[in-house]
Amino acid sequence: MAHWIEPHPTGIYVRPADAWIDPSLPQERALVTHGHADHARGGHGHVWATRETLAIMGLRYGTASGTAVDYGEEVRLGGVRIRYVPAGHVLGSAQILLEHAGERVVVTGDYKRRPDPTCLPFEPVPCDIFVTEATFGLPVFRHPDTGSEMDRLLAALHANPDRCVLVGAYALGKAQRVISELRGRGHHDAIYIHGALERMCALYQEFGVDLGELRPATGVPAKEMRGHIILSPPSALNDRWSRRLPEPITAMASGWMRVRQRARQKNVELPLVISDHADWDELTDTIREVAPSETWITHGREEALLHWCMTHQIRARALALVGREDEVEG
Amino acid sequence: MRQFSQLLDGLVYTRSRNGKLDLIAAYMRDAPDPDRGWALAALTGNLDLKAVKSSAIGEMIRARTDPVLYEMSRDYVGDLAETVALLWPKSEDQPAEVDDGSLNLSAVIDRLHGVSRAAAPQALAQMMDHLDSSGRFALLKLATGGLRVGISARLAKTGFAQGFGLDVDDVEQVWHALSPPYEALFDWAEGRSGRPDPEGTPYFRPFMLAHPLEADSVDLTDYAAEWKWDGIRIQIVGTGTETRLYSRAGDDISGSFPEIAAAFAGHAVLDGELLVKGEFQGGEAASFNALQQRLGRKAVTTRMMEDYPAFVRLYDLLIDGEEDLRALPWHQRRARLEGFVPTLDPHRFDLSQLIEASDFEALADIRAGARDAAIEGVMLKRRDSPYVPGRKAALWYKWKRDPLTADCVMMYAQRGHGKRSSFYSDYTFGCWTPDGELLPVGKAYSGFTDEELKWLDRFVRQNTVNRFGPVREVEKTLVLEVAFDSIHDSKRHKSGLAMRFPRIARIRKDKPAHEADTVEGLKKLVS
Repeated sequence: MAHWIEPHPTGIYVRPADAWIDPSLPQERALVTHGHADHARGGHGHVWATRETLAIMGLRYGTASGTAVDYGEEVRLGGVRIRYVPAGHVLGSAQILLEHAGERVVVTGDYKRRPDPTCLPFEPVPCDIFVTEATFGLPVFRHPDTGSEMDRLLAALHANPDRCVLVGAYALGKAQRVISELRGRGHHDAIYIHGALERMCALYQEFGVDLGELRPATGVPAKEMRGHIILSPPSALNDRWSRRLPEPITAMASGWMRVRQRARQKNVELPLVISDHADWDELTDTIREVAPSETWITHGREEALLHWCMTHQIRARALALVGREDEVEG
Repeated sequence: MRQFSQLLDGLVYTRSRNGKLDLIAAYMRDAPDPDRGWALAALTGNLDLKAVKSSAIGEMIRARTDPVLYEMSRDYVGDLAETVALLWPKSEDQPAEVDDGSLNLSAVIDRLHGVSRAAAPQALAQMMDHLDSSGRFALLKLATGGLRVGISARLAKTGFAQGFGLDVDDVEQVWHALSPPYEALFDWAEGRSGRPDPEGTPYFRPFMLAHPLEADSVDLTDYAAEWKWDGIRIQIVGTGTETRLYSRAGDDISGSFPEIAAAFAGHAVLDGELLVKGEFQGGEAASFNALQQRLGRKAVTTRMMEDYPAFVRLYDLLIDGEEDLRALPWHQRRARLEGFVPTLDPHRFDLSQLIEASDFEALADIRAGARDAAIEGVMLKRRDSPYVPGRKAALWYKWKRDPLTADCVMMYAQRGHGKRSSFYSDYTFGCWTPDGELLPVGKAYSGFTDEELKWLDRFVRQNTVNRFGPVREVEKTLVLEVAFDSIHDSKRHKSGLAMRFPRIARIRKDKPAHEADTVEGLKKLVS
C-alpha cells in the first residue's frame, strides 16, 4: 500500500513530490509539521509549513524561506495533493494530509486531543495510512484533567506567599499554554519569564494569543518575585540561574511527571501533568476514530502501541526514525 | 485516603528534611483519629499486616489488563506498585482520577487486617476502584508492606514530635510501650492525658555511636581498644518477664532471632553485636555472609536456627535491674559487664574481649594482623565516657580495616531504583580465568559520584552489545577498581566467591581490560 511514500530513518520521503516530511537532515524540499526542533531543522532548501511554523523557524534559524500554507489550503507537488490540518499540538502545528494514486496518507507530526487555548484543535481525517506519534504510548500515561493540574499550581502559589513557584516548561508551546491557562482561570498577576522564553512568547502574542503581563525574571530583586509564578525552560530549573529566586517551589509541566521517579530525578517538588502530546487513551481513541487500513508509528514507545494495534485487528508497523527527541518535549 | 496519599506524595517529592518534617507535623495535627495513628504506624514501619505478595498483585493486574502492556509498563516505570496504580483500569462509568472519598485509611487498614491472604487480591481490587492513582499507590504500598518514601522511622517520630512541640527523645522513650494506632500517644500530645509510662515495658534506648578515627593516633591510657565485630549491632532489653531485641534504628527484631530472646530472662539492658557461629570457624563467629542468611526474615525455621546459630557478643551494660548505669564511666560499666556475662547462657552470649596493646603502634600492628572474617576493625572507647545517645565527639572511635581492592572489568549493567531509575547504575563485574574468560565476581551500585554515574551511564548506553530484558551486556573494555571489606567462598556464585560490601572505588579509564585481576588472585584474599 502507498508505495509512493517511504519511511527512512531520517524522515518520510514522498517520492512523487520529491519532498521529505520533517527530515532530520537538510533536504531540498521539506514539509514541516510544526516548529519543535526535532521536527523542524534548519538548512532546508525550501520549506512548506503553516505561517506560524515558518515564523517559529525564522526565529530559531534566522531563515524563513518557505511557502506559507494555510490550514485547509491545497498545495500540489508533483501530482501529490497536500493539505495541512490542525494537530492541536502547539501554535501552527499541523498534520500533513497527502493524496495520491487514490490513497490518503496522514502524517500527524505530534498531536493531542484535549483543549489548548493557544492553538486550533486536532481534526481527525479519515485515511488509508495514519502515521502517528507515540511519545506517551504506554497505558500508564493518562494525563489528568488540565484544570485540576492548574488548580494545584495556583493552590501551591497561594499557600506560599513568601516564596515563588518556578515552573519548568518547554519554550515553544508548553510555556505559552501554561500562561494562557492561568489567564483563563483568572490569574492576572504579572508572570516572570526566563530570557529563553521571551522571544517565543512575543511571537505568540503577535499571532494574537493573549498572555497578559509578562516580565523578565532577570535583573529583578528576589523579593519582588515573591508570591509570583516564574517560568523557565526545564534545563534552568536546577541550574545556577534559579538560585537567586525567592525560595522557589520547583514545578514542571510535562506528561513525564506522571511517573514519580521521573519527577524525582529532576528534583521536581510540584509535578504538573500537562502535556502537548496525546496520552494513551487519546492515541488509541484517535486510531479507532480515524480507522485507517494501516497505522505507522513513528516515535516514542512504539512497541506498546504496535502491540495494542495487533490485538485490535489493526494493521500497524513501527518506523525507526532517528533524531526524534526521547523525553525532551513532553 | 486522600489526605494520607497526598502526604505520601508530598514526602516523595519534597527534597528538604525540614520540608518533610513540616508535612508530617501538619498531617499529624490535622488528620482525624484513628487515621493519623495508623499513618504513624505505617511511616515508622510498625504496621503489622500480612503482606500481600507482589506476585499476587502482578496476577491481579494481568487479569484486568493486557499482560504484555503491563510488562512493558512495568519495565518503563520500574516500581510495581506505581505501575499498577497508574495502569489500573476503572470501570467505564467512573472517572479515572478521582478518589471518591468513600475509603479512609482506618477502613483500609481494617480491611487488610481482616482479610486472608487468598482473599486479599480481591479486597484490594475493590478498594482500588474507589481511589485515584495516588491513593492506589498508597494502598499498594501499605498492602505489600514498606512504604519506601525515603523517610526513616526516626524522621517520622521527629515530625510527629514537632507537630505537637514535643521532644523526640521523649517520644522515643515511650514509643515501645505503645502500639498502633497510638491513642495514648495522641492523648498525651494533645494534653488530654499525661505522658504514657514506659516503665515495665521493654523499650528501646538510643544507641551510643562512634566517629571514624581521623587522628593518626590516640593515647591508650585514655582509650580502651576492643574489636569491632562484623555483625549487627543489637540492644537486648529484658524486663525479667519479657525480652526484646532492637536493631540500631530501634526496630524490634526479636522475631528474627527468637533463640536469643528466649535465652535471655534477665532484667537488664545490654549493647552487643549479633553474630552467627560458623562451622568452618570451629564455632567461632562466622563472616557477615553467614549472618545475612538470617536477616530480614520474619519467620525463622528451626533449620535456619540450626544452620546459622546466632549469638551475641556483649559490649556494654546500660541498665542492670533497676539501676541505670549509663552515667557511669565506661571502665565501671565494663567491670559490671564482666561480672554480668557469666550469669548468661554461654551458648548464646559471650564477652567482647579487650585488645591488650602496650601503645598505639602495637595496636596498629595487631589490627593489621587480624584476619578473622568477623572482625571489621577496632573500636576505641574513652575510658571515662558515659553512655550517651548518638555520636559524641572524642568519646568513641571506630577504626575500620582498610578495604581490599581489585581491578575488575564491567560486564553487565542494570538500571537502578528510585532516583536512579533512568541510570544504568548497578554493575556486574568480572575477573579473568586462566582460560582468558571473564567470570562475574560481584555486583556494585555505589561508590561513585554523581558525575561518575553520568559517565558510567553513558558508557553503558554507548557500549551495549546485548540486551537481556532490563540487563545490558557491555563491551568488556572498562576496568573498575572495586573496593570491598572482605571476600568469602560462596556456593551460590559461579566464580565461587562473594564480596562483602563491594563498591566502585575508581574508574580506571587508563587501564586496559586484559590487565585486570584474575579470579585466582582474588581467591588468595578469601578470609
